[in-house]
Amino acid sequence: MNKMDATFLEEAKKRSGEDLSLCYQCLKCTAGCPTAPIMDIRPNNIIRMIQMGMKQEVLGSSAIWLCVSCETCGTRCPNKIDIGVLMDALREMAIDEGIHAKEKNIHLLHEAFIDSIRRGGRVHEATMLIDYKLRSKDFLTDLVPGMMLFMKGKIPLLPSLVKGRGEIKRIFERCKK
Amino acid sequence: MRLTIYDSRIMKKLGVFICHCGVNIAGTVDVKSVAGKVGSVGDVAHSTDYIYMCSEPGQQLIREAVREKGLEGVVVACCSPSMHENTFRKAVKSEGMNPYLCEIANIREQCSWVHQKEKEKATEKAEEIILATLEKVRENEKLEAISVSINRSVLVIGGGIAGMTAALDLAEGGYEVILLEKEQALGGHMTQLSRTFPDLHPALPDLLTKALEIEKHPGIDLHCYSEMEDVKGYVGNFELTIRKKATHVDWEKCNECGLCIRDCPVEYVSQFERGLGVRKAIDLLYPQSVPHKPVIHRSHCRYFIDGSCRRCEEVCPEKAIRFEQEDERIGKKVGAIVVATGFELYPRERLGEYGYGEIPDVIDGLALERMLSVDGPTKGRIIRPSDGKVPKEMVFIQCVASRDPDRYMPYCSRICCMYTAKQAKIYKEQVPDGQPYIFYMDIRSDGKGYEEFLQKTIEEKGLLYLRGRVSRVFQDDGKVRVLGVDTLTGRMVEVAADMVVLATAVVPSDGVKDLAAKLRATVDRHGFWTEAHIKLYPVESSTKGIYLAGCGQSPKDISDTVSQASATASKIQALLSTDKLLQDPLIAFVDENICSGCGICVEICPYEAREMDSQRGISVVHSALCQGCGACIAACPNFACELRNNSSIQTLRMLDTFVTAGARE
Repeated sequence: MNKMDATFLEEAKKRSGEDLSLCYQCLKCTAGCPTAPIMDIRPNNIIRMIQMGMKQEVLGSSAIWLCVSCETCGTRCPNKIDIGVLMDALREMAIDEGIHAKEKNIHLLHEAFIDSIRRGGRVHEATMLIDYKLRSKDFLTDLVPGMMLFMKGKIPLLPSLVKGRGEIKRIFERCKK
Repeated sequence: MRLTIYDSRIMKKLGVFICHCGVNIAGTVDVKSVAGKVGSVGDVAHSTDYIYMCSEPGQQLIREAVREKGLEGVVVACCSPSMHENTFRKAVKSEGMNPYLCEIANIREQCSWVHQKEKEKATEKAEEIILATLEKVRENEKLEAISVSINRSVLVIGGGIAGMTAALDLAEGGYEVILLEKEQALGGHMTQLSRTFPDLHPALPDLLTKALEIEKHPGIDLHCYSEMEDVKGYVGNFELTIRKKATHVDWEKCNECGLCIRDCPVEYVSQFERGLGVRKAIDLLYPQSVPHKPVIHRSHCRYFIDGSCRRCEEVCPEKAIRFEQEDERIGKKVGAIVVATGFELYPRERLGEYGYGEIPDVIDGLALERMLSVDGPTKGRIIRPSDGKVPKEMVFIQCVASRDPDRYMPYCSRICCMYTAKQAKIYKEQVPDGQPYIFYMDIRSDGKGYEEFLQKTIEEKGLLYLRGRVSRVFQDDGKVRVLGVDTLTGRMVEVAADMVVLATAVVPSDGVKDLAAKLRATVDRHGFWTEAHIKLYPVESSTKGIYLAGCGQSPKDISDTVSQASATASKIQALLSTDKLLQDPLIAFVDENICSGCGICVEICPYEAREMDSQRGISVVHSALCQGCGACIAACPNFACELRNNSSIQTLRMLDTFVTAGARE
């Protein structure tokens, strides 16, 4: 039994800027989602559960972390709901709420990725991957494909830095605020 | 048994025209071979086939053959007579041939379509059907359409928006209209509505404009507080008896001062206010009602109960009160009748679900409309009937007694999805911190601008739609608890609501079955008027001269009702545009030498077309009333009744053709 609470819906609307009330459950988003088959809650149900005020279930789901932001859903949605943007907002809300990401490593990869950009203004794969491996303490997964990419020169040793690193720094500082 | 009468047959020159209907017939039936075989029959002077006989070149073939070969009878072997009988009869008529000497042999619906896998047998059957039809044509008489003079005025039964629209359209077209309304004022259920979807216009001003126009229209004879007592006659010539119920107020004298209403000591629960308000024993139907005249309601008036009060009579400055007044019966004649009997909501006492009738804060959609009306019992404010508080959690339940074939009504009531959205929207405007919940099965918003209205409402007002039916509604600690399920998440839902609004099913008005019997028109098993054809004749009833408009035919919203009422009005204008009405002459007749005057046919005729001629001691046929159904022919113990061009001899000969052909195999 669940007593409905509209505050989560309002919060999610505000954070994402998407009008989630418009969803009429046509399931176009889920039908085209490449990660929907491995999601614990499918994209259409995420929206429905937000409407129903099921905050803990949504923010604690692995689905919000499995979304790869390919934007297929948002492109196809007849009501112009950008679910990719919504998923981003939900991830932020989960972090703010201190809800541990169900897909821990995905969250860590996001952090390693952002830190790499913070350092050089552009992703440096080699240091980013080492950073990720250290964070996740998962050293063996994808080791072989990683080596093959390295052999083909896809993971350069030296970072390619952008010129406006000062600006990048300022962007990050402003985002913090 | 061979029929000796065979020999007395007069030989005619006959023509047979076989249609391919593209591949519909020719794909199964070998039309060329059939044309050849039929052509060899003695009296067939012409036999041919063509790809589309109904096309202009096809009809040209028929006309030429009739003209050049002097044909005296024609059989067109094609589709069902309901499709093109008229087309071919007109074609032969243009060549001076009597149209009733042209008959259709149906070799499509009754042959090629149902025997697609048996081509040889289908070809044989087509040939037999044509031979049998030739037998019929041989005995056909030359008939003339029956001309009936018509009365060019119209009766409209029901003064709701449907009847009002039809009456106004007809009156504007120059026809005299008699408008009958059972309540004391015009407007029907639309007078109870607040604002209407999708434009949210207030219902009453639009309605009153029309009502005032009707009241003043010289072409409209308005009879409020009146009912239909009896109908006799047929299309073009209906004879009516109208019962004007006693209002106990002389409406001619009444100056509408309202003193009688003010001083009446009796208050009782108002049906118009859906039980949320009271009215006086002498009262108007609603404050702005048209006609703006009061009626004394006998069952509540103290004078009529025990003679203890004559207050209204005392205060009336015009001495218009008439306690002694009795119902009056008036006779009228009209040519056509519009049935616009409207709807009711599913009755509370038959529902027995959702706490309806037990929990005061569970009301129906029409009751909420009364609340939302500025002149309603709460002056437009939504409050709980139990304690007058503003409801913060409001549950709307759709499909109550609709779409439930097992227990209630199987059909969709069509208006509830939209009015519920509208009501939830108005609620949210009135109570911005309130939460509306809407339990639904499907959302149906098929009218112009409806889906947009719905989506906009959901977007702006944050309505929460819950897909699923409600399992239980019960009172608990001053709240109305609603248990249900949201099938989109698969979770059980419980709402502690302050108020529940039921979108109950639309059902036909009381008394339609009696009226249908009087009019000899049919209603379906729910009591909705049956149309002559759901797609092609949707405003004609099953009885000629009786037309349909509004929710009495099926649930519909105001836009559709007005469209249908106007359609009905223009159909009637076409019917009454001439002084004479031509009727099919294919009706019953009586052989006066055989008829014994037993009267069985009089009893059995569903159209009251049979009558005893007491002087001659025989039964006669009222040709304008007879629909040619054949009931009297089957019932007549002496074989004295026959149908024109459908005689027993013709039928036996046709059967004989089939039987002989069958014996040949």
